[in-house]
Amino acid sequence: MIIDLPSTTTSQINSRLVRLRDEGGATTLGRVLTLVIVTEDGQRTDAAIDAANDASREHPCRVIVVARGARQAAPRLDAQIRVGGDAGASEVVVLRLYGELAKEGASCVMPLLLPDTPVVAWWPFDAPVSPSKDPIGQLAQRRITDAAAEKNPIKALESRRAHYAPGDTDLAWTRLTLWRAMLAASLDLPPYEKIIEAEVTGEADSPSTDLLAAWLTDKLKVPARRFKATSGEGIVQVRLGRASGDVDLIRPDGKVGTLSQPGQPSRRVALQRRSIRDCLAEELRRLDPDEVYAAALKSLSKVAKGRPATAKPETPEATNGAAPASKKSKAKASS
Amino acid sequence: MTSSDKWRNPLRDAADKRLPRIAGPSALVIFGVTGDLSRKKLMPAIYDLANRGLLPPGFGLVGFARRDWADQDFMEVVHDAVKEHARTPFNEHVWSQLAEGIRFVQGTFDDDQAFDNLASCLAALDSERGTGGNHAFYLSIPPSAFPTVINQLKRAGLAQTSRDQWRRVVIEKPFGHDLSSAKELNRTVNEVFPEESVFRIDHYLGKETVQNILALRFANQLYEPIWNSNYVDHVQITMAEDIGLGGRAGYYDGIGATRDVIQNHLLQLLALIAMEEPVSFKPSDLRAEKVKILSATRPAQPFEETTARGQYTGGWQGGQKVPGLLEEGGFSPESKTETFGAITCEINTRRWAGVPFFLRTGKRLGRRVTEVAVVFKRAPHLPFDDTATEELGQNALVVRVQPDEGVTIRFGSKVPGNTMEVRDVTMDFGYGHSFTESSPEAYERLLLDVLLGEPSLFPKNDEVELSWEILDPVLDFWARKDEPALEKYKAGTWGPPSADAMTARTGRHWRRP
Repeated sequence: MIIDLPSTTTSQINSRLVRLRDEGGATTLGRVLTLVIVTEDGQRTDAAIDAANDASREHPCRVIVVARGARQAAPRLDAQIRVGGDAGASEVVVLRLYGELAKEGASCVMPLLLPDTPVVAWWPFDAPVSPSKDPIGQLAQRRITDAAAEKNPIKALESRRAHYAPGDTDLAWTRLTLWRAMLAASLDLPPYEKIIEAEVTGEADSPSTDLLAAWLTDKLKVPARRFKATSGEGIVQVRLGRASGDVDLIRPDGKVGTLSQPGQPSRRVALQRRSIRDCLAEELRRLDPDEVYAAALKSLSKVAKGRPATAKPETPEATNGAAPASKKSKAKASS
Repeated sequence: MTSSDKWRNPLRDAADKRLPRIAGPSALVIFGVTGDLSRKKLMPAIYDLANRGLLPPGFGLVGFARRDWADQDFMEVVHDAVKEHARTPFNEHVWSQLAEGIRFVQGTFDDDQAFDNLASCLAALDSERGTGGNHAFYLSIPPSAFPTVINQLKRAGLAQTSRDQWRRVVIEKPFGHDLSSAKELNRTVNEVFPEESVFRIDHYLGKETVQNILALRFANQLYEPIWNSNYVDHVQITMAEDIGLGGRAGYYDGIGATRDVIQNHLLQLLALIAMEEPVSFKPSDLRAEKVKILSATRPAQPFEETTARGQYTGGWQGGQKVPGLLEEGGFSPESKTETFGAITCEINTRRWAGVPFFLRTGKRLGRRVTEVAVVFKRAPHLPFDDTATEELGQNALVVRVQPDEGVTIRFGSKVPGNTMEVRDVTMDFGYGHSFTESSPEAYERLLLDVLLGEPSLFPKNDEVELSWEILDPVLDFWARKDEPALEKYKAGTWGPPSADAMTARTGRHWRRP
C-alpha cells in the first residue's frame, strides 16, 4: 500500500503511521532499527529503496528516505508511506524535501526515528565529505557510504580515510568479504608459512582493490603492491608469496575465481560480485565500529603502487591503466 | 614451516566479525542418498552453504545407494533437489563449481567391493579436487544398518585418520529405543569412531529460536532473577504436529511419539530452559551444564497420574477427512503405538524443586506448533476487588520455536473503561515471516558445524543415555501395565482426556498454543 501525503509535516506522518498500525495490525512491531537513506531526488532513489526493502527481510526496519529535491523551489515536505507488499518487511517513509528544507533533512528525520533502536544512515550515491559530522550522520550509530558509486571512487576512498570516525563503513569494504574469507581460509591450511609478499591487481578505479591491498598490508606486515589490471572487472587477482610457493586467487571474468596453491589442485571458486542488497544486509548485521576496516583505511598509504608486472597488453588502449570510458559505469559497482 | 597448533593465521582477527568461517577442504559422503531427508534437506542445505560462500573451494559430495546410477544421474537428482528446495536463488556459477565435486558410488551395505570403490572414489577426490583426506559420513539410514556400514567403513580403511586429517560420522535419530539399545549403538559407533568425531543430528538444536533461548536467558538481566521456583509455577513444552503418519509405518510402528520426540527434542529443550549458566559457551562447558541438569531430572511418580498417551482416530480435521492411525497404510490394525505422549518431569535442584515440567507431543493435533511456555505464579496479593481480576490468568513467557518464531509475554492489563478490570494481554516479539526466510535453515548450520568440527549443537552419548534414563521408567511402566490405558483421541484435538487430567490433578491446565 502506498499513501501519498503532499505538503505535510512530520507529526502528520507520525499520526498516519500510528493509524495504519491500528488498522492493519502490528506493522511496526519487531522493527530492529531505523535505516535512513540520503539521496538526491531522482530515479535512482527507487533502486536504493528496493535494496533496502530486500535487506529488510533479514533486518525488519523502518526505512526513511530523505530525497533532496530542487533547492530553488518553495520550501515544502512531500511524504509517501509504503507498507505491506510495497515495502518488503519494512515500512518506508519517503520524504521529499524542497527549497531551504532540503538542507534540513535531519530535522525531518528526528521525529520519525524508532524509539530506543539503532539508527543507520546510508548514502547510496554521493556521500558528505565527513559522514560523522553530517547532521543526519550524527543521528546514526552506523554510517554507510559507497565509494564505488561516487564520481571519483579512488578520491572518495581517500576522503573516507581522512575523515574516518568509528561507525563509518563503506560498501567497497563489504564487497571484499568473500575475497577476504577465501584468502583467510587458504592460510588455515598447511604449509604454515609466513607470507613474504603480496600483490593485488584490479581495475584502476576499483576502491575495493585498494582496500584489499591495504588490508593485506596491515595484516601481513608486508607492504602489498597494487597493480592496475589490463582486463577484467573489479578485483582481478591476488597473489600471496611465501617460500614454498604462492597462493594465487584469480578472477578474470568477475564471476568465477580460480584458487591455486602448491601441492594442491587448482580449484574453481564462486566469487560472483555481490549485489547491493547482499552488501547492505551484511552491513546491518553489525552495528558496532568496524576496527578492521579502520586499520585497513589507515594502511592505505603504505600500499605500494606498481606497474602491471604481469602486463599482457591485449588491448593497446588499456596499457595506460585507465579503464575505457564505456566500461566506466559497470566498473563502478564492481567488487 | 610451523606446526598446525603453533600457526596463527595472520589474516584472522577476533575483531573481524565479518569473516565467515569457511569449512576446510573436505568431502561429505551421504548414505541413503535417495531418501526424502537427503533430497529435501541435505542437498539443498549443501547448495545454500555453497551459495553463501561457506563451503571450501574443493568440496566433494559423494552419494552412496543401491540405484544403478552414474555420476551424471546423481548430479541430475541433486540439481533437481536444489532447484526445488533450496532457500537461496539458483546460481549457475555456484552450481557448476559444486557439481564438479559430485560423485556417486553404487552398492549395497554388505558389498565389500562397493566400499572399496568408495575408498578409491574418495582418494581420487583428494587428488583431483584437493579434499585433503577429510571425510564426513552422513548415515541417513535405518539404525539397524549402522553396524554394517560402520564396520564396512573400518574394513575399507575409511575410518582411519592420520595427522592433519579428520573423519567424522553423522547419525540421525532414533538413537536407540531404550537405554540398553542406546548404549549398544554408542558402543558400535565408538568402536570405530571416537566420540569427538560422532555428530548426532537433532535438527531442533540448529534452529535459531532454540539457540535464542540461550541468548534470552544469559544475555539479559530481565529474566534471570525470576527464573526459578520462587516465581515459576510450571513449564510446558509442546511439540504438536497436525499431520498423520501415513507412509511412515516402517519407522514409526512400535516406536511411538514418546521415543520419537520426547527423548531427543523435548528433553534437549528442557535442558536449555532449565540449565544453569555455563562458564563459557565452549562446547564442553555447555555440555557440562546440560548433563548436570539432565542427571537431576526424573519422571514424576505415580505414572498412572503423571503421564498420558493416546492414539488418534479418524475424523474431520481442518476441512479434510483423515484416517485414524489404525486405518493408515502399513500399521497393524492392532497397533499399540502411541501417537500422543505426555510426561511430567521434576528437576531435583535448588532452582527447580517443586516445579513440574510438562512435556507433550503428538500427531494429528490441533495445529503444528512447537513452543516452550514458562508459566509464572500468581501475584501473592491482589489489591483489587475479586471481580476486577476474574479474567486475569497467570503471567507466562512463551518461546515459540516453530512456526512463527518469536517470544510472547502474557500479562495483565487494565481494560479501557471507567471500572478497574484486569485482563490478559500479550506482548509479542516475532522474528517475522520474512525475517526467517533469510535466517539459515537448521540443516545448513548443522552441516557446516560438522565440516568445521564444531560440536556444541550436537548431543553427545552421555546426554543421549541420560535422556533414556529419564524416559525408561515411563516406557517400562506403559509396557507392563496398561495404565493409563492407550486412549483414543479424535484427529484435530489436543490429545486424550488423560492429558488434561495429568495437569488438572495439581490445578493446572495446558495452554492452547
